[in-house]
Amino acid sequence: MNIVVLVKQVPDTNSERRLTDSDHTLDRASADVVLDEINERAVEEALRLQEAHGGEVTVVTMGPDSATDALRKALSMGADKAVHLSDAALHGSDAVQTARALAKVIGTVEGVDLVLAGNEATDGRMGAVPAMVAEVLGLPALTHARKVEVDGSTVRVERETDEGVAFVEAALPALVSVGEKINEPRYPSFKGIMAAKKKPVTTLGLADAGIDAAEVGLANAATTVVEAAPKPPRSGGQKVEDAGDGGVRIAEFLAAQKLI
Amino acid sequence: MGATMDHRLSEEHEALRKTVEEFAREEVAPVIGDFYERDEFPYEIVRQMGRMGLFGLPFPEEFGGMGGDYFALCLALEELARVDSSVAITLEAGVSLGAMPIYRFGTDEQRARWLPALCAGEKLAAFGLTEPGSGSDAGGMRTTARLDDDEWVINGTKAFITNSGTDITALVTVACVTGRTENGRPEYSSIIVPAGTPGFTVSKKYSKVGWNASDTRELSFADCRVPAENLLGERGRGYAQFLQTLDEGRVAIAALSVGLAQGCVDESLRYAKEREAFGHRIGEYQAIQFKIADMEARAHTARLAYYHAAAKMLRGEPFKKEAAIAKLVASNAAMDNARDATQVFGGYGFMNEYPVGRFYRDAKILEIGEGTSEVQRMLIARQLGL
Repeated sequence: MNIVVLVKQVPDTNSERRLTDSDHTLDRASADVVLDEINERAVEEALRLQEAHGGEVTVVTMGPDSATDALRKALSMGADKAVHLSDAALHGSDAVQTARALAKVIGTVEGVDLVLAGNEATDGRMGAVPAMVAEVLGLPALTHARKVEVDGSTVRVERETDEGVAFVEAALPALVSVGEKINEPRYPSFKGIMAAKKKPVTTLGLADAGIDAAEVGLANAATTVVEAAPKPPRSGGQKVEDAGDGGVRIAEFLAAQKLI
Repeated sequence: MGATMDHRLSEEHEALRKTVEEFAREEVAPVIGDFYERDEFPYEIVRQMGRMGLFGLPFPEEFGGMGGDYFALCLALEELARVDSSVAITLEAGVSLGAMPIYRFGTDEQRARWLPALCAGEKLAAFGLTEPGSGSDAGGMRTTARLDDDEWVINGTKAFITNSGTDITALVTVACVTGRTENGRPEYSSIIVPAGTPGFTVSKKYSKVGWNASDTRELSFADCRVPAENLLGERGRGYAQFLQTLDEGRVAIAALSVGLAQGCVDESLRYAKEREAFGHRIGEYQAIQFKIADMEARAHTARLAYYHAAAKMLRGEPFKKEAAIAKLVASNAAMDNARDATQVFGGYGFMNEYPVGRFYRDAKILEIGEGTSEVQRMLIARQLGL
């Protein structure tokens, strides 16, 4: 079974993240960049499926040249090869443009049975790209998976959202996006790190992937960030005076925050 | 390690360093304080380290190793010790004292039998050299082994042996006096004693000042019999084996010391930016700034010293003096930084709930273990021809 994993390089959630003043896109220079943590779980899930069913795992990313490091991380975990779509014209692309571009890149990989992705990236947090990619490719989309099983030509998923858990299945080829509860990703071993250096990384420009420059980039995006302000400093919080109903009110507060 | 003047890490070494840094921060830091408080060996963390291949770093792939080098091990030790020294010393002793002598001096059978599980971190090996009455002066060793038919019969006691009493300890390599040379000097040899051999007793854990989540035991051997083929390497070559093992171990302990020294900087920086006194963050006061600047300078220079020693070792050049210098300055840096970090933290520095309290307790042994600071000075002076 051949699997493509969509990955993204994002600013480390441990560092301060901001948008640039000039065009309100992500300021990649101001923070350490890493392979997105939910994507790491998607890679882990792909490797586990490969261990059970064989086949090849290809990681795909769209991003600046530095995003190669995120691909190397996935390769050092055990993925077989990588494709990197990198072109200055892609800067500032929105979710729809990104999904169309990724669909083209996935089209360059032969015999894909399953596309895996994280259900959202920790930077943009749109949570839209995986389903859009499936739409463009005409594949069934099984999103928010907390468990994935492949049985012959069927993929079965436990889909967990705020509304509850649903058991869904589809015929392969399909796209599955995973949530953060799906697994604990492995740490790369030194052997994996060294092997990753020798694994093939194909770098594609727009023309190589058959993408029209007029369809991507900030100037052609359907959405624009008009204004951005830093998040306000933490406020003092909300005090509840206990008039006999303190317990109930705390429970109501936690329920409203979806913590219980 | 590239050109002489360039201390940048190779891509792979940097990727390994980052991986271990993340592992230490995410997996070790949140839980190790509790193990330390309970004097408990962290089996699950060791198992994870094994899965990452840390115990196999400097060994070839044919024995289950990672095909890396000794410098890779040093980087891993430094990053672990930035967070905790107990797990770092477990790795250091497991690799450089446990598995390395078997890899270097063992027969094909011995390597095939022991190395795969040791490289995977599923089993640990220990090295029994120190005795209650002989540490720096290894010549005072009293443990003996005599050949009786096809078996070695071992008698004696070993002290302060790391990794020797865990549930996953597979063997202890025991340094023994196996006779007299022609000129009447003691003849030293190393003998592999598998865990559970009758006559080999592991006593209960020591109560230690630091390294509380690591395993350290006294071992006794009373007519303990093992097959003659358990001899490690040549008979009578024991002393040369110990010296080589210890020279490398010094570079590893230097790396571990640098990690502790750097961990003190990390924690102090964080605290200095948070804690307020007299209306300002304490990091705005020069008294604290200078302390932290000195700490950073010590960690940095000690790191350069061990990088240099490791580079000479990997090039196959003599590195005895550089290893001793690295061990000396790095353990000093660790001790000084632990003292200063505790001071930066004030009363909280004296509480076990903060890592600096652990760093303070863990630092002292670095000036003692694998050659005291006095022994390092002796070695340096000797290399200078004194």
